[in-house]
Amino acid sequence: MITQFFHRLSSPPYYYRFAGKCLPWLTLLCVVSLLAGLYGGLVLAPADYQQGDSFRIIYVHVPSAWMSLFIYMVMAISGGIGLVWRIKLSEIVAICSAPIGAAFTFLALVTGSLWGKPMWGTWWVWDARLTSELILLFLYLGVIALYSAIDDKRVAARATSILALVGVVNIPIIHYSVEWWNTLHQGATVTKFDKPSIHIDMLWPLLVMAVAFKLYYLIVLLLRTRCELLVREVNSKWVNELVKSR
Amino acid sequence: MNDHSLSTAFYFLLKRDLTLSMRRRAEAINPMLFFIVVITLFPLGVGARPQLLQAIAPGVIWVAALLATMLSLDSMFRSDFEDGSLEQLLLSAHPVSVLVLAKVCAHWLVTGVPLMLVAPLLAALLGLPSQGMSTLLITLLLGTPVLSLIGAIGVALTVGLRRGSIILSLLVLPLYVPILIFASNAVELASTGVPVTAQLSLLAALLALALTLAPLPTAAALRISLS
Repeated sequence: MITQFFHRLSSPPYYYRFAGKCLPWLTLLCVVSLLAGLYGGLVLAPADYQQGDSFRIIYVHVPSAWMSLFIYMVMAISGGIGLVWRIKLSEIVAICSAPIGAAFTFLALVTGSLWGKPMWGTWWVWDARLTSELILLFLYLGVIALYSAIDDKRVAARATSILALVGVVNIPIIHYSVEWWNTLHQGATVTKFDKPSIHIDMLWPLLVMAVAFKLYYLIVLLLRTRCELLVREVNSKWVNELVKSR
Repeated sequence: MNDHSLSTAFYFLLKRDLTLSMRRRAEAINPMLFFIVVITLFPLGVGARPQLLQAIAPGVIWVAALLATMLSLDSMFRSDFEDGSLEQLLLSAHPVSVLVLAKVCAHWLVTGVPLMLVAPLLAALLGLPSQGMSTLLITLLLGTPVLSLIGAIGVALTVGLRRGSIILSLLVLPLYVPILIFASNAVELASTGVPVTAQLSLLAALLALALTLAPLPTAAALRISLS
C-alpha cells in the first residue's frame, strides 16, 4: 500500500498534481502554527531571568539551526536514493533543497550574531557551533555552485548528490574537530528529553515554531520541485496538456 | 606472475604518472614554490616580530600547505581527461577506485613529499622552536595524503568543467578543516613541549578513513563526469 503510493509519487505528473493538492492545506497549517508559536514565544513565555527579553530570538534561531542540518540530511538521503535507483524526482528534491538549506543556515548565523551582540558583547566569536554552522553554509554554497556550473542538469544533479553524501560523512568530523578546537557556546537546552533545562512555558512555543519551520520547508520544497519538474519535462506530453488546459 | 593482476595495474599506473610528472618537472615544482612564496609573504604582511611569527608559524605553514595542495589538484586528472586516457582507465577490467588510489599516490609523491622536504626550512625561517619540528613533519606525513585523497573527489567532480578550479576550492576547502585544526594544533602544542599523541592519533584515524572511503566517491564522480 505505502510502497505503491511511493511508486506512483515518483512519477512526475502524479507528483505534480498531488503536490498541488497538498499545498493549500500545508500553507494553512504552517500559518496557524507560525502564529501560535510566535504568540507563545513573544507574548506568553516569561522573560529569562538572566537574558531578559533578548532570549526570545531562540524562537527563530534554534528552529533554523535545526533545519539547516535537517535539510542537509534530506538532501544527502534523497540524493543517495537518486544515485542508486535513478529516480528523477529524488534528484530534484535533493537539488531543490540546497538553496532552502543555505537560507536557513544563513538565518541561523544572522540571528545568532544578533543575539551574540548583547549577550557576548560582540557580533562574532570563533565559537565551535558558530564556526561549524559557517562551514555548513560553505558546504551548501559548494553544492549550489557545482550544480550551477554543470550544464547538463541530470549530470549536475548526480554530481551534487555525491558531493552531498561526502559532506554528510564529513559533517560530524568537522563538527567535533571544531568543537574540540574551541567552545564557548551555550550547552544544548532541549536535547535532554527526560528533563530539559528549559521551562515548559518557554519550550512549547519553540517546538511549535520548529513544526512551523518544517512545514515552511515542505511548502517551499513542493513549490520549487513543481517548478523544476515543469522546466525539465517541458517537452513531455503531460506538461503540454497542462499548458493547453490553462 | 600474472600480468593482468590488480597489483600490476596499480604499479604500472603509479609508474606512468610518476614518469609523466618527471617529464614535466617545472609543473611539479610549482606547488612547492607557491608554498615557499606564500610563507615568505607572511612576515612581510604581519611584521617580523619573532614572538608573533613563532605564534602563527604552525597555522601559516599548514594553511599554505593546504592552498599549495589545492592548486596542484587540478593536474591530477586534467591531462588524462583531455587526451582520453581517463576513459580508457574507466573501461578497464579493474576496480576504478583502486586505480584512482594509484593516481592519488602519484599525486602525493609529487606534491606532498616536496612540501615535507621544504617545511623544516620554512619553519626555521618563521622561528618555530626545534622541539616542534618533528611533530610538524609527522603531521605533514599524515595530513598531506588526506588532502590529496579528499581533493581527488573534488577534482573528479569538476574535471569536465571549463572553469573548475574556483569551484574546486569551494568544494574542497571546507572538507579540509579537520586536518587543519588537528595538525596546526599538534604543532603548536608540541613546540611548547606538551605531548600530542591524541592529535596525531586523530590525524592517523582521518588518514585511515580517507584512504578507505575517498577512492569510492572519486571513482563514482569520474564516471559521472565522463558520462
